[in-house]
Amino acid sequence: MFRSHKFIAFETLVIKEIRRFSRIWLQTLVPPAITIGLYFVIFGNLIGSRIGEMNGFQYMEFIVPGLIMMAVIQNSYSNVVSSFFSQKFQRSIEELLVSPVPNYIILTGFIVGGMARGLAVGAIVTTMSLFFADLNVQHPLVTIAVILMTSIVFSLAGFINAIFANNFDDISIIPTFVLTPLIYLGGVFYSVQLLPPLWQIVSGLNPIFYMVNTFRYGILGSSDVDVVWAFLILGLFIVILYGACIWLLRHGTGLRA
Amino acid sequence: MTIAISINDLRKTYANGFTALKGISLDVDRGDFFALLGPNGAGKSTTIGIISTLINKSGGEVQVFGRSVDTHVYETKLDLGVVPQEVNFSQFERVRDIVMTQAGYYGLPRKLAAERCEKYLRKLGLWEKRMDRSRSLSGGMKRRLMIARALVHEPRLLILDEPTAGVDIELRRSMWDFLKEINAAGTTIILTTHYLEEAEQLCRNIAIIDEGRIVENTSMKKLLAELDSQVFILDTDSAMEQLPQLSLPDVHVRAVDNHSFEVRIAASRNINEVFSRLDQQGVKVKSMRNKTNRLEQLFLSLLNENQGQGNV
Repeated sequence: MFRSHKFIAFETLVIKEIRRFSRIWLQTLVPPAITIGLYFVIFGNLIGSRIGEMNGFQYMEFIVPGLIMMAVIQNSYSNVVSSFFSQKFQRSIEELLVSPVPNYIILTGFIVGGMARGLAVGAIVTTMSLFFADLNVQHPLVTIAVILMTSIVFSLAGFINAIFANNFDDISIIPTFVLTPLIYLGGVFYSVQLLPPLWQIVSGLNPIFYMVNTFRYGILGSSDVDVVWAFLILGLFIVILYGACIWLLRHGTGLRA
Repeated sequence: MTIAISINDLRKTYANGFTALKGISLDVDRGDFFALLGPNGAGKSTTIGIISTLINKSGGEVQVFGRSVDTHVYETKLDLGVVPQEVNFSQFERVRDIVMTQAGYYGLPRKLAAERCEKYLRKLGLWEKRMDRSRSLSGGMKRRLMIARALVHEPRLLILDEPTAGVDIELRRSMWDFLKEINAAGTTIILTTHYLEEAEQLCRNIAIIDEGRIVENTSMKKLLAELDSQVFILDTDSAMEQLPQLSLPDVHVRAVDNHSFEVRIAASRNINEVFSRLDQQGVKVKSMRNKTNRLEQLFLSLLNENQGQGNV
């Protein structure tokens, strides 16, 4: 396949993915905006005003980066897992599998689709947050880099979930029982410095903790983790998950009998 | 290179231990209209699945236009168009988007893709439905949409797995005409079907597959010539008091009711002899029809032979 043909295939796949989540915007873009909006009102405005400061910032300011990151993580993941699994379920994934599109283009197309939805919801949530707090981005490059890398990691994770899923229960188990607890315990609502030493160490095993804190560093200039270390972890996750996805596609796991 | 597809000792055993293919080999010539027949579970769809890379083979080799599907993945896929047995497009997308997306997967620039999309949707009578969601299409339209989708990159080899299943007679005939047209234009076609009449009407060569083995692989003409007898039902003008006595060797008569009777006649005999005997006896024949499809007769006898061998 020529390079220009590969680009057309990639572009087609990305447009298809964006068209899919845009078509069902009431299911994909509105609910996360409402949920995160409620977090802003309840935790930020109502309860936050009684909490006072966290790491030297108003509580509202402190939770905004974490909530944006939460929206990006959940939506990047759920876009890929639901899109890929739906195509498996309807067997329309066969359109791609019989075509000459290389595996890395298939994977990259789904990743970009997941990133597009994650970042679209992230942008909506960020806009909403401006009604509750002033955001003065301290490190724009760090902010952009960490949000892009995080959406890649969770798009890849969603892809793996979809490959192994056999029914619609299988695509909700990981987000419910793994992803949500890791996000909530990843320092979205609190600083890890509030925890006893043992739980600070346990928090260090949670990759989302690094992502949330690096994003908070980008926006507020304050973090509970070493930012360089956080980028290394993110990079490592991308390499491992990307390699695993390519291996699974090459072997046809969950796709070819 | 005159061979469009060459299958050599193809084997498939699924993870549950079921062996679907036990080493099939066949060649299909370029430009051929080839029928792959067999009962349910014979291995037809597995064969097509392996050719189109949707199923991993356990052994053997498949070459498309002289190139292995294992080593020349992209080139062989460009040459292939596949129309599966089951509907496999998104039920939520518009008809035009489905075809345009497939064109994009094959690297067709947008302008060319739009031209091809219009060409095939018009040819298959779907152009008026192009903006409709695919789930609103009838069963026959969905099948035609899958054909348009498979043709949008204009493959040299088109594989159709039961393309007319559940399609009404009129539509089936129009699809046959369309398939004949693209075959005449140079596209090699492999067809699996349950409608034996379809294979007889369309295909020049045929392979019959049963229990994962090829039990016959020959030209349609030769296969039909193997028929040793044919059975006709003759309807008479008036009620018969007794069954006509033809007294011809290799011709057997059996009553159906008092207005019709069955004649089994050896392939070597001339049917005119039957009519002259009937005329002599004053039997006026109003109409005549084949009792069974000729190919169906052969198909069943070949399957019976194969199962008989398997039971030994």
